[in-house]
Amino acid sequence: MILSRRSIILSGITVAAAGALPRFAYAAAGTPKRLVFIIQRGAADGLGVVAPTGDPAFAAARRALADESAGGAKLDGMFTLHPALAATAGLYTGKQAHFAHAVATGYRDRSHFDGQNMLEGGGSRPYGRDDGWVGRLLTLLPAAERDAIAIAPAVPLALRGTVQVGTYAPSRLPQADADLIARLTALYQDDPLLHPLWESAVKTQELASDIGGNNGRNGADLGKLAASLMLPADGARVMMVETGGWDTHSGQRGRLAAQLRGLDQLVGALQTGLGPAWNDTLVIVATEFGRTVEVNGTGGTDHGTASTAMLLGGGLHEGGKVSADWPGLGAAARYEGRDLKPTRSLESVIAAAVAHHYALDPKRVMTTLYPDA
Amino acid sequence: MAVQYLAANRFGLGRRFDDPAIDDPKAWLTRQIGDYDPAPAALAGLAGRDAIAAAYVEYRDERQAKRREAAAMPMNAEEKGMDPELRRMLRSAIRRHYVDASAARLSAAVATSTPFPERLVHFWANHFAVSADKQTVVGFAGNYENAAIRPHIMGKFSDLLISAAHHPAMLLYLDQAQSFGPDSPFATRVRNRGKRQAPGLNENLAREILELHTLGVRTGYTQSDVTAFAKALTGLTVAGLGRGAGQRLMPADARPGETVFIDRLHQPGAQTILGKRYDDVGAGQADAVLRDLAVHPATAKHIAAKLARHFTGDVPPAALVDRLSADFLKTGGDLRSLYRTLVASPEPWAEAPAMFKSPWDWTVSMLRALKAPALGERQNIAAMFTQLGQPVWRPGSPAGYDDKVATWAGSAALMQRVELASRIAGRIGDRADARVLAPLVLADALTPETRQAIARADSPGQGIAMLFASPAFLRR
Repeated sequence: MILSRRSIILSGITVAAAGALPRFAYAAAGTPKRLVFIIQRGAADGLGVVAPTGDPAFAAARRALADESAGGAKLDGMFTLHPALAATAGLYTGKQAHFAHAVATGYRDRSHFDGQNMLEGGGSRPYGRDDGWVGRLLTLLPAAERDAIAIAPAVPLALRGTVQVGTYAPSRLPQADADLIARLTALYQDDPLLHPLWESAVKTQELASDIGGNNGRNGADLGKLAASLMLPADGARVMMVETGGWDTHSGQRGRLAAQLRGLDQLVGALQTGLGPAWNDTLVIVATEFGRTVEVNGTGGTDHGTASTAMLLGGGLHEGGKVSADWPGLGAAARYEGRDLKPTRSLESVIAAAVAHHYALDPKRVMTTLYPDA
Repeated sequence: MAVQYLAANRFGLGRRFDDPAIDDPKAWLTRQIGDYDPAPAALAGLAGRDAIAAAYVEYRDERQAKRREAAAMPMNAEEKGMDPELRRMLRSAIRRHYVDASAARLSAAVATSTPFPERLVHFWANHFAVSADKQTVVGFAGNYENAAIRPHIMGKFSDLLISAAHHPAMLLYLDQAQSFGPDSPFATRVRNRGKRQAPGLNENLAREILELHTLGVRTGYTQSDVTAFAKALTGLTVAGLGRGAGQRLMPADARPGETVFIDRLHQPGAQTILGKRYDDVGAGQADAVLRDLAVHPATAKHIAAKLARHFTGDVPPAALVDRLSADFLKTGGDLRSLYRTLVASPEPWAEAPAMFKSPWDWTVSMLRALKAPALGERQNIAAMFTQLGQPVWRPGSPAGYDDKVATWAGSAALMQRVELASRIAGRIGDRADARVLAPLVLADALTPETRQAIARADSPGQGIAMLFASPAFLRR
């Protein structure tokens, strides 16, 4: 059990004795900390989100998608932020956003199922753990900061563990997202009964679906909801938000822009909704793996390896910075000749950010969140 | 031919996650005919007829008392009727029985190891449909299927027919409980007093038995057959629930909700139906008519066509209908023989044409496939099927739900299924792997396209949703 300063005083332990306790014993002091983990299911294209426009191989590799970043915020000499991330660019200017690039979990294959399992579980192999890194983090937090909730119908793997976690799935959030609808359209294509039925169903369906839908307003609604669940004195302190629709095998230009517009509005609404509490909030945005460097034949990208992760919030260690041990995009520099090569583990990025945020011992955080590493 | 998928879904209710592979589909189905348990464990906790009747009696008495009170105090006209709060409460006591029975029906279907007979229970309950639209029927609908249908689906059609026709739910639904012989001693006495209109005949049940349960529409019976049959049925009523003066004639020991035959309500004399004379032997008169109707060639053909359609498609192959009809006539309506002939026939084993799963079939097969609970503990099962367009035991008509592809294959209905599959997939998340589940659930109906679509899903949940929305899984 972790002692808070208050419980130390109440139990009569002297200040000298308290001084011998590890630093993290004081985590409960001051404003309660908040943590939001936004998972991007489907492998978000890190090269599209934070484009390495300064890499000499970038334009040739990305061909038609090379100007996806046109009009986006220049982050430094190398990187340009996707123009749909306007509010996020504002955070970057205010040193409230940090992008870690060329990062990946320990997973090196390209299955969404396995990759998400590794990202959430934090194990060293797919299906190696039945609890998740957020769930294990909760055991390190003082009781006042341990209330966790997922905006999902069931507790996602990342939040599972020994601490009880809530879920909240408002019925007004539509369940059939645009990506699933598109996939079923393909699956029903040659079915003489289902094809016309589905076509008319989709036509009448208002695509108020995933975060990218409704011109980003769905993302704003989700962000508002998340803030309302976290703001109250007895509200949640740790939250997981699920986003889908990142699997941009075709037509990436429009789809990624819509997704990012939704994400941007989600983050913006969260910041607005939390008010001053934003200063004690850490938002981690991560995906299971990245996408190919080269564009495929259908204006999209296929499953890759390294991607980018975002850290957002009022008290970042290195806000206003892109951190990357940049491997380069030339054919020889790529992982297996096709993907952005991972040069840093996503696990270490997450652990370091969490340790700083909660003022916890970084080693202890690493061994708790990623015990198999 | 996808014989394993057809065995599991066309004949059964979908493969359960823990079912072994079906090596010999015909033997698997035939064995179930012998293994059938008419009283599965999932139904054991349901309230009996007495408790259901009591809930209705309390509701009715309370309503009547309020009406009398309101009539006695005209000043209070605006408070006419029952206190809305009390009415809601009593109604919900009735509804509780319906909601509980609906949930138990689903549990039984999901758990059963004899899904072929379980499908036949649903088939026959829909053939002899009551509809929970009437306040008197709501509470009894589940009891009707469990007490009147289930015990007889492996026997003679005549016993099933008589059992259905005698259950209080049917007597109340099709107004038999209020049908009195025009020349019965009771009606004659009321008429002689000259105080009010004499109670009389209601032809509803007689007509629907001829048109829907036995011979089939336009098969040669006439209005005089309907009237004569309705007269033969008089006397058959329900104790303690019906309205009107007839209630005074109920035997002292009759319990509310019990089916009774009251001689003084019965139309005296012989009746001629379809050219045959039936002497007045009291309750036995209508039963004799029912036994003859049950083995009539038109009935054989009607039942054969409905059964054949259910296990093939919209237009059942004539050869199959003829074969089933001949079997029915030969055995005098032996249902087990009929099912064996069905299983042994080649037509139901053809992949096309296929039926589109009803919301009930689709949901049951989905839940059977999943090990983890897919619905919330507080999920109202009855409300869920209402939302999906197929309220349990409430087809809205004595004809039951139509058994055609177009009945269920609608665009909005399809989107609703995708949404429900998506919601369930969200709840299941990574606790099931669609890549492993697909070959088990779709078996030999798994196409390369569906396999690939599931493998390429962007999350475990999306894979599950794609499996349940796949073209094969939507059909049976």
